[in-house]
Amino acid sequence: MAQNSGRTLYDKIWQSHTIEILPTGQTQLFIGLHLIHEITTAPAFDMLREKGLKIAFPERTFATVDHIVPTDMRSRPFLDSQAEELTQALEKNVAQFGVEFFGLDSDKQGIVHVIGPQLGLTQPGMTLACGDSHTSTHGAFGTLAFGIGTSQVRDVLATQSLAMDKLKVRRINVSGTLAEGVYAKDVILNIIRRLGVAGGKGFAYEYGGAVVEKMSMEERMTVCNMSIEGGAWAGYVNPDETTFAFLKGREFAPKGADFDRAVTYWKSVASDPNARYDDVVEIKGSEIEPTVTWGINPGQAVGISEKLPLPEEFADPEGARKAYEHMGWQPGKPILGTPVDVAFIGSCTNSRLSDLRAAAKIAKGRRVRAGVRALVVPGSAAVKALAEKEGLDRIFAQAGFEWREAGCSMCLAMNPDKLKGREICASSSNRNFIGRQGSPGGRTILMSPAMVAAAALSGKIVDVREYLK
Amino acid sequence: MSADTKIVKVTGRAVAVRGNDIDTDRIIPARYLKEVTFARMGEYPFFDERFDAAGKPRPHPLNDPKHKGASILFVNRNFGCGSSREHAPQALYRFGIHAIVGESFAGIFAGNCVMMGVPTVTLGSAEIEELMRLAESRPQTVFSLDLEAKSLSFGERQVRFDIPGTYRNALISGSWDSTAMLHANLDKVRKVAVRLPYMTAFRG
Repeated sequence: MAQNSGRTLYDKIWQSHTIEILPTGQTQLFIGLHLIHEITTAPAFDMLREKGLKIAFPERTFATVDHIVPTDMRSRPFLDSQAEELTQALEKNVAQFGVEFFGLDSDKQGIVHVIGPQLGLTQPGMTLACGDSHTSTHGAFGTLAFGIGTSQVRDVLATQSLAMDKLKVRRINVSGTLAEGVYAKDVILNIIRRLGVAGGKGFAYEYGGAVVEKMSMEERMTVCNMSIEGGAWAGYVNPDETTFAFLKGREFAPKGADFDRAVTYWKSVASDPNARYDDVVEIKGSEIEPTVTWGINPGQAVGISEKLPLPEEFADPEGARKAYEHMGWQPGKPILGTPVDVAFIGSCTNSRLSDLRAAAKIAKGRRVRAGVRALVVPGSAAVKALAEKEGLDRIFAQAGFEWREAGCSMCLAMNPDKLKGREICASSSNRNFIGRQGSPGGRTILMSPAMVAAAALSGKIVDVREYLK
Repeated sequence: MSADTKIVKVTGRAVAVRGNDIDTDRIIPARYLKEVTFARMGEYPFFDERFDAAGKPRPHPLNDPKHKGASILFVNRNFGCGSSREHAPQALYRFGIHAIVGESFAGIFAGNCVMMGVPTVTLGSAEIEELMRLAESRPQTVFSLDLEAKSLSFGERQVRFDIPGTYRNALISGSWDSTAMLHANLDKVRKVAVRLPYMTAFRG
């Protein structure tokens, strides 16, 4: 093959899933797996009823509840009548339309982007859609995974397909190694900082290089999860032995000889060594330090030892000024030492077992600073059970963290877990948007789960490496 | 795909909401996503910027009586970034916004808009600044957006805008409500499905 004539994973999956080119010029793309939750689906089912349509492939849609569920008292009916009503709407819809549902009483319940991989539903070489922008998470498996709106949820239900436009592909090589105390979260925050929150517009991001190849599946999920924060509709990692080993034995993964045939297919979808990319970006892993956000979007991030940047350093100084106005701190000062009121470990970005282990390692034998409200919200019922089996819940509880039931929780504060007033939250979630954590004046500082644990113990933003010595 | 779904022109007064990277949490706070339908979304766009904690209106272009009834929204860069919540464009649409003109849009947001028949069209930053100033200083100005001509006309002036070709086709042909178009190919969908190894669980 000639140089750079090969195909990317994106090209291959796009081609094999193309149904036809529509009169509009869009591609009708087959969607292999559809995940739904309570928030973005009720009107989609209403639209199906209005149009008199049924679900085309009901066995390819799976449902759970995550966004709205309380993480302390889960008894029904929920205290929040709206949450109860929305949950009942989903329960009614999945029953009426014949969709498999992992409800609150199921040991498979959890954040939709945690349970898909955990159950082996998410597989390489698939297209996957879900009415949630962090669907990019599933790209960690070499899956083309798209976040969609409610009208598109309706289309997937009715036709198992979407009208889409093809994206370009940007390869992001993270070379070298990461220092101790530097995590997958720091890698993706640095990528977004460098390329910008709109830098990925029109692109799918393909993550590779030595750092990504060495990552566990959970770390790859953290990276792919935040692709959308960089403006990329999808992000993925080519499937490899790490991917196959993760999937082997999972409930919905193929078994025995079927698994071997699956591996052959999964290997075939990886980007060719001579694949042609629309853009290539190089990032040195050794230059990444523990990273935190200082502003109101995930691209406004700094290394922990850096000073807060001046608005004039940005292409959009007005945007930086608005961020400072909301956050209430001064350019040129260190972020280190900023006091925190709340510490949140959870979300589809960082609520998996390895995240909880990393945080527990910091918390073990120490105490949350007086006055700090700290909570740990496992990503799924299964993650919670596994963590409890190895005693992580006791480590957290002894340190003064609240140990909760699975859900999205304070990432977007649709349940009772919310910031109050001007509280500052050290958060392992994915968005530091104004008002995101439930208080219009609330302030979010994004970081890795280990950094959140360190902030909870210190009552301020610290360098987690101090705790790893 | 009947004539009444074709979106070719949007004409009306305009309102500017300034700022880059305006995210969907600002456009509609997550607590309003707890409603089971989109019916009341028109009450909520930019709620936390338009109202204080006590519900008292704050100065905001969408609260300003001089812009009441505006149907075209002017915005800056990367408008609608963040979440995939269709509630964001639904809130704007049900508030009365039927077209958005900006420097750029986040992908999922623009996709959601087209699915609802709301054009999102782009212009350069200097032109957007001029349009915003005009809408702010002369709020009675009527703008007319023509998707066929890809032009925005106001007074004696006319500027050419960009819109992805597929979005433009979907809007002017009336096939933006894509279910019927996709559903017509259900046989072809099934043919593609049986070709994909995972759809048969890799059973040889």
